[in-house]
Amino acid sequence: MPSRHRTVVVGASTGGFTTAESLRCNGYDGRITVVGEEPHRPYHRPPLSKQILAGEWALGDATITSAATTPALSIDLVLGTRATGLDTDRRTVKTTDGELSFDSLVIATGVSARRPARQYALAGFHTLRTLDDSTALTADLRGATHVLVVGAGVLGSEIAAVLAKRGLAVTLVGRSGSIRFGQTGSLLSSRVADLHETNGVRLLLALDVIRLLGTDRVTGAVLSDGSTVAADVVVAAVGSSPRVEWLAGSDLQLADGVVCDSAGRAAKDIYAVGDVARWSDTPGTHSARVEHQQNAIEQAHAVASTISTGIPHAPDIVPFFWSELYGTRIQAYGRFTGAGTLDVVAGDPAEGKFVGLASRDGTAVGVVGWNLPRAFRIARAQFTSGTADIGERQLAP
Amino acid sequence: MKIEVNQSTCVGSGQCALTAEDLFDQDDDGIVILLHDHAKPEFQDAAQRAASLCPARAITLSD
Repeated sequence: MPSRHRTVVVGASTGGFTTAESLRCNGYDGRITVVGEEPHRPYHRPPLSKQILAGEWALGDATITSAATTPALSIDLVLGTRATGLDTDRRTVKTTDGELSFDSLVIATGVSARRPARQYALAGFHTLRTLDDSTALTADLRGATHVLVVGAGVLGSEIAAVLAKRGLAVTLVGRSGSIRFGQTGSLLSSRVADLHETNGVRLLLALDVIRLLGTDRVTGAVLSDGSTVAADVVVAAVGSSPRVEWLAGSDLQLADGVVCDSAGRAAKDIYAVGDVARWSDTPGTHSARVEHQQNAIEQAHAVASTISTGIPHAPDIVPFFWSELYGTRIQAYGRFTGAGTLDVVAGDPAEGKFVGLASRDGTAVGVVGWNLPRAFRIARAQFTSGTADIGERQLAP
Repeated sequence: MKIEVNQSTCVGSGQCALTAEDLFDQDDDGIVILLHDHAKPEFQDAAQRAASLCPARAITLSD
């Protein structure tokens, strides 16, 4: 008798858990095993640098609750277990808790926070990627007065904003001369910089941290212009690296992530979703890795559909992300590479609320919402359907 | 099908209103507004899609 089909999902965060759940919603009746390195039940990462860091949510509030109406998903959740190897011939995943054989494999191991090589063992130095990182950082903030945030991207900006709101003196250092805000590049740089400065964050751009000061515990940092910044706590948000080390020696193609086709297939019966996955946008085009939660969710749905129906599902997933800084909701939908102009289609930038259409060479490539989420959603729908008009008021970048 | 929303975990992404505008809207801050707390049969697929796309999983469906 043939044994029951089994899907193993490696990674128990948004991408992995959503794939498992979506398989069940599609009627998949094989075994599903989800392996997670962290000991915690699957949780949402975006609140780590928002509500949880702000102290508004308890840790458990970030736990992912099932969206499915199915009462029993019947998923084996194997937590506190790390995948250490993949044998594509024998169709097995090696883990710290033994081997798992699979018929279909979904790789959803995400990324880890990049650590600057120097002195990261000093107490008081943090990165923020996991719930445990969040617990350690929060504990270290008690009694702290000065915080240095390294990296002026979305994550660094969110951390700086929340810590400033908590009453800490925050310095935010960025290597680039502008604030690179996720996929929008520097389109929003001056606006985000204004927000930081209005809210008392000391913003230092075009500077890098050369070394940390302190013997056992960090006391500050020396910057590339020779100046020093005093800090009780340093948080680095300087990018991330895909978690593919366990796939070394497998015959999967690895290139800053797991290389996949436009349906998320890395090899026969092997898929990747979420931050670790490099899908080609459409057949034959340039591949990209997208570190946004909505991307992970939509890739998970597509792969679950492919596994449960046997028909490859290759959706066009347009990158979408949101952030919140000092109560300002920032949303962006589109592929902004090379976009140089932003035209206001709703609201008024002077009042701190607008929706803008970003263009490259006269073609609309994305929508940005600045504290106007409902109008953003309507503009996004018009953009998707090709009915958005480029307005007359152009914004300086 | 009964629909419930959790406005305290909603992140205002608007996925629900984009997917099922007959069932969901947003307030000025982007937070979900439930237009109907029961989905008629013809809207049940849209309700399922909206719930599954919600990044905050702020939508709960029950039979």
